Amino acid sequence: MARTDIGKLSLILLFAPFALWIALLIILPQLGIGYISLREKVGPGEYTFGFANYIAFLSEPIYWNTLLRTAWMSILVTAMALAVGFPVAYYIAKIARRRARAALFLMCLIPLWVSDLVRAFGWIVILRETGLVSTFLQKIGLVGGPVELLYNDATVVMGLVYTVVLFMIVPLVSTLDGMDNSLIEAGYNLGGSRFTVFRRIVVPYAMPGIVAGCIIVFMLTAGSYLTPILLGGKNSMWFTEQIYEQFVTRYNWESGATFGVLLLVFTSFVVWLGLRLTGQSLASTVAKD
Amino acid sequence: MHDLQCESLSKRFGAYTAVDSVSFAVPRGSFFSILGPSGCGKTTLMRMIAGFETPTGGDIRIKGRSVLSTPPNKRPVKMVFQHLALFPMMNVGENIAYGLRCRGENRADIARKVARVLDRVGLPGAAEKQVSQLSGGQKQRIAIARCMVLEPDVLLLDEPLGALDLKLRERMKIELKQLQHQFETTFLYITHDQSEALLMSDNVAVMNAGRFEQIGAPQDLYNNPKTGFVAGFVGDSNRWPGRALSVSDGKVRVAIDGGGEAIALAGDERIAAGGPVELFVRPEVISIGAGSGNGLEGTVESLLFNGASSRILVRMANGHLVEVGQAVMDGSVKIAPGETVAIGWSRSHGRAFSVAG
Repeated sequence: MARTDIGKLSLILLFAPFALWIALLIILPQLGIGYISLREKVGPGEYTFGFANYIAFLSEPIYWNTLLRTAWMSILVTAMALAVGFPVAYYIAKIARRRARAALFLMCLIPLWVSDLVRAFGWIVILRETGLVSTFLQKIGLVGGPVELLYNDATVVMGLVYTVVLFMIVPLVSTLDGMDNSLIEAGYNLGGSRFTVFRRIVVPYAMPGIVAGCIIVFMLTAGSYLTPILLGGKNSMWFTEQIYEQFVTRYNWESGATFGVLLLVFTSFVVWLGLRLTGQSLASTVAKD
Repeated sequence: MHDLQCESLSKRFGAYTAVDSVSFAVPRGSFFSILGPSGCGKTTLMRMIAGFETPTGGDIRIKGRSVLSTPPNKRPVKMVFQHLALFPMMNVGENIAYGLRCRGENRADIARKVARVLDRVGLPGAAEKQVSQLSGGQKQRIAIARCMVLEPDVLLLDEPLGALDLKLRERMKIELKQLQHQFETTFLYITHDQSEALLMSDNVAVMNAGRFEQIGAPQDLYNNPKTGFVAGFVGDSNRWPGRALSVSDGKVRVAIDGGGEAIALAGDERIAAGGPVELFVRPEVISIGAGSGNGLEGTVESLLFNGASSRILVRMANGHLVEVGQAVMDGSVKIAPGETVAIGWSRSHGRAFSVAG
């Protein structure tokens, strides 16, 4: 009996930090946000409860347009990160020699050693009107005057892909690494072309990594703040910017909380839809083994 | 007509020669094995035939046509991988249909062929099963079915029994041989396990350090090994270093290191009086009690009972340990450890090979 009690106790102790983290840092604040979002200020210190904040959101096209736009661009960033990350991950996991693998992986990690802010300013140095690219283009005579490469959607998307691609590469490398090379060889041996082997063997095998990577990247992008603001400027129309504005500039916590809840619900819905459309489920991909 | 021919096929990785000018031909419909210790180059050889490695020199011909310039997915050879490499994301039917779909056959034909090949490997109706639901032996059969449904000219098998437990391995050996008969396809089988090679093959090539030491029927390799390596690798053998005292008429008188003399067949032409040799005598030809021919004395060290392959270990006066296989422990000969015994074998049962250097 004593043995099982000790076992139980150590299980509880091991589980406690995780449970506390989830409860105190994730569930509790979210409940608080949810609570505030349902509150409506009618006078100083006077509140009523209802869905007024949500109705306000829906009645103002600029708000939900921003949310849709954020979701769209996040999907685009996710797709591009997958397109860029897959070949890199495949090279690291399957083609590079054992020794080169660690070095390549480390090189992917290096950008993370520099803070987000500094990296974004790095892009600004390169892309602004008096920046490197503009100066170079003028030097070789391709453009007449200085060109502004910042503050447009393409730059925001590129900057976001650059920031998040690593989170696509890591899960992809780990799934592809677990793939036996003989599966690929068997695919060729049985008559498959490169494309067939890729489509019917490599991609299905990597699906857990693809799904995990896409979810992480999508959530990170939709919730990112710094990169869209710095590279897109004040008109980047990113939803987190709206949330920030409600909380900080307008000091309208009720509205800010509503936006926060809506962002969470909407991005979760997009992830759910993505899983449905590709015929995947969390249990068969992310939680697999 | 030969289904598969290799001519002075070589593969070098930098300064290392993995396969060194290997030539052989496999007749249609036969079971050909390549037997060798790990690292002897047999896997490289098979990968060259499958097209995954490019030979440094030589030619590979299938049904008389060189396939060197044919990419792996167009070669008429199919391969059963060491760990089978069944696709885990497909069910059994999809695994088998994969090759047919790559060929672009129509659905009705595919369904019919899949059902027929499952029937032939004795797993009718298994098409809907998941790969993970199958036992080791069933996976094996599916891996073979997946290749055979494409009707290849040659089926390559890369130690497919290695991952199975002993009991199943014994059964699969017989099953593989039967499948080969049934499909009447040329099988090229790679193994380091001599009992697999001997049991199943029509012909066996013994490979060592990138070269073929000897090609022959299993009985031939067992009874008439041409090199010391073959004598030592195929079947069990007692192996004693010694020196040739005299050579005459195909027989050698050998002084065994540490004491004792024996007369044996000369295994190769290079044996010369005074030169170093190795003497090979199989346990099953040695019996307890001095017979005609060669005789030595020793002390019984232990009795190893294992049914038909029981052994008596005898420590000889010259220090060597001898495995004696005859006079099996059926109770007819009473022997206890510690006893001094005489052992003997006939002169034509030992074989001596010269040792280089």
